[in-house]
Amino acid sequence: MTVLILGATSPIAQAVADVYAAAGLSVALAARDVEEAARAASDLRIRYGVEAQGFGFDACDAFERHATLVSEVEEALGPIDVALVAFGFMGDQQASEDDFEKARRVIEINYTGAVSVCEAVARVMVSRGAGSIIGLSSVAGERGRASNYFYGSAKGALTLYLQGLRNRLASKNVHVMTVKLGFIDTPMTFELETGIPVASPKKAAAAIFQAQGRGVETFYYPRFWGGIMGVIKSIPEKVFKRLSL
Amino acid sequence: MTTTSWASKPLAGWGRYPIVEALCARPESQSQTLNAFNEREGDAVLAHGFGRSYGDAALLSQGRVVLTRRLKKMLAFDETSGVLRVEAGVTIGELIEVFLPRGWFVPVVPGTQFVSVGGAIGCNIHGKNHGHAGCFGDHVLSMEVLLASGEVVRCSRAQHDDLFWATIGGMGLTGIILSAEIQLQAVESGAIEMESIRFNNLDEFFQISEESTDYFHTVSWIDCVKGGSQMGRGIFMRGRHASAEQAATLSEGPLERVVELVQRALDGRAFESNLLLNRATIRLFNEAYYHKHPAGELHSVVGYEPFFFPLDAVENWNYVYGKRGFLQYQMVVPEREAVRDILKVISESKMASFLAVIKEFGDQDHGGLSFPCGGTTLALDFPNFGEPLLAMMERLDALVAEVGGRIYLGKDARLSAEMFRRMYPTWEAWREVRDRWDPQGVFQSDLSRRLGLTPG
Ligand SMILES: Cc1cc2nc3c(=O)[nH]c(=O)nc-3n(C[C@H](O)[C@H](O)[C@H](O)COP(=O)(O)OP(=O)(O)OC[C@H]3O[C@@H](n4cnc5c(N)ncnc54)[C@H](O)[C@@H]3O)c2cc1C
Repeated sequence: MTVLILGATSPIAQAVADVYAAAGLSVALAARDVEEAARAASDLRIRYGVEAQGFGFDACDAFERHATLVSEVEEALGPIDVALVAFGFMGDQQASEDDFEKARRVIEINYTGAVSVCEAVARVMVSRGAGSIIGLSSVAGERGRASNYFYGSAKGALTLYLQGLRNRLASKNVHVMTVKLGFIDTPMTFELETGIPVASPKKAAAAIFQAQGRGVETFYYPRFWGGIMGVIKSIPEKVFKRLSL
Repeated sequence: MTTTSWASKPLAGWGRYPIVEALCARPESQSQTLNAFNEREGDAVLAHGFGRSYGDAALLSQGRVVLTRRLKKMLAFDETSGVLRVEAGVTIGELIEVFLPRGWFVPVVPGTQFVSVGGAIGCNIHGKNHGHAGCFGDHVLSMEVLLASGEVVRCSRAQHDDLFWATIGGMGLTGIILSAEIQLQAVESGAIEMESIRFNNLDEFFQISEESTDYFHTVSWIDCVKGGSQMGRGIFMRGRHASAEQAATLSEGPLERVVELVQRALDGRAFESNLLLNRATIRLFNEAYYHKHPAGELHSVVGYEPFFFPLDAVENWNYVYGKRGFLQYQMVVPEREAVRDILKVISESKMASFLAVIKEFGDQDHGGLSFPCGGTTLALDFPNFGEPLLAMMERLDALVAEVGGRIYLGKDARLSAEMFRRMYPTWEAWREVRDRWDPQGVFQSDLSRRLGLTPG
């Protein structure tokens, strides 16, 4: 049994890797920072006595590499049972407004890159008629907001993509799960004065592991974000515009 | 381009005094740590582990603090020799959790497992086994340190040994420790075969101490409220790692009962009408815990957690002292008479310490800014009574310095530069090495500024 973690150096990805390694799965850690991925792999080997290996992976620099990566991982560690798309890039809203290249990066990493690698993973899973794909999306993808609509729209598109993929793969016995993350204690939230509780990556990882095991299709983490987003989505556009969110 | 998240956060040590605003980053990896360091823009820098030092050792108010707690990868482990290489943010607790099932223990542990390897080296921490095992640094084989120059250098006893020794107990002032190679200790079990003995006064404490040399771990709790003939009464605990057979007989010992009592007190429930600790509640507690232990000796086999980390079961017990926080005073004096003088000052001061811990160190003096040396160490937690407390501590400083003793920088928040120099006569040699590796004083802390340990 193997889990492939894409974007393996983020704190949530690392926490998820911990949970699967503790459960005895082999772990493939794919990340841009290859050296760090290799360090993370040694960490898993030592702590949990599982097989683990680092792989170079860039979400959007060379899409054609994504299928290659999948076969390299399977060659090294065996068939991929679970794949987690954990990478993401918030970018800077203002910079993206000023310079489309910046906006494009945000869109490509969060959406295009994710789609590309999901397709590559889906192909091998479909051929075997088994597997589970987990996509980390965001509550930011639920409603366009003035303050981060590039990131939000890319995550929103990802949510829709995963929904479509789920529908397509349902008949192929491949499970697709969408996780809509609220505030987790990561570099993305480190600078924020949220006022809203921030959840630990460890707890998020435990929830993801459990939900995947039960075949959950889509869920919010932390769960109360479901309620918050319900309210936010119900605010009429006319009012929402004036809230400067 | 700035790639690191820097945020101004309130930062405090375990004593919650002082609390400062500090510009912090919390890198997730070694490369992010290097990035953060390179973004310092001329500011001073300091590594901060879990803030389990009590005062301002891990604080830097004008400068940048790099929180190292997310640097927690284990990099290499040799099952046969027990040599482990880990990043600096790994905690002592994690090491025990991962390696105890494989027959290895951390050779020196402090009174809490929530400290990082970096912090354990920075303060060169001591455990209940100083006489047998020395300090944490004695079990470190090598380190990778991020230097003021931006270079990452590996140092050991054979390679850049000056940097190696200045970093051990160097209070974070030589650089950021990125990883360390540690020699673990082989054990048959995690259980501790222990004896606890009630003693009526300081003389009895010293006598039992002398008779306990073949116990690996020793520590005692004493009642520092009582004066007169009962001054220094308390409970002596000594133990060693149990064999596998003994571990099978693990029992609910008296230690658990004492621990339970402490926990109740710290939870505040024992003092319903007065959540905050004051002299009356502290006196009550001391009476209760002393009498809870039957006179004489008790044998038992206990888990390592209640033995080494009795307070960890109560999360954030430091908050019990209220908004003003508390101060710990830990000193070592080479002369027994001085302990008596110190206890006398404290008991007469009417300022009580809730938990007082006493033990004898081995003879080893580790040099530099490392605290332990031959003698008796006493650690006292005082609610922040303000000016009168600071004044009393200054009186104690004088007594300690007078007999060639010193206080623990890892627990200090108020020592004067002048007193420090009297207590640590070898500090200049340390400073010379430090200045060689960091001439501009990139690495600083509020403690280093107060004590004049760094330029500027
Ligand atoms: C309940 C309790 C019991 C304790 N018992 C003992 C005991 O028995 N014996 C003992 O010796 N101490 C004891 N201590 C103190 C504690 O062990 C030390 O203060 C330890 O250094 C705390 O580790 P930390 O990770 O929290 O470090 P911090 O408090 O964050 O930092 C301590 C120092 O280490 C430096 N540092 C931290 N990480 C790094 C790094 N990566 N690179 C360079 N420098 C670094 C900091 O700059 C600072 O100077 C106790 C503390 C508590 C709260």
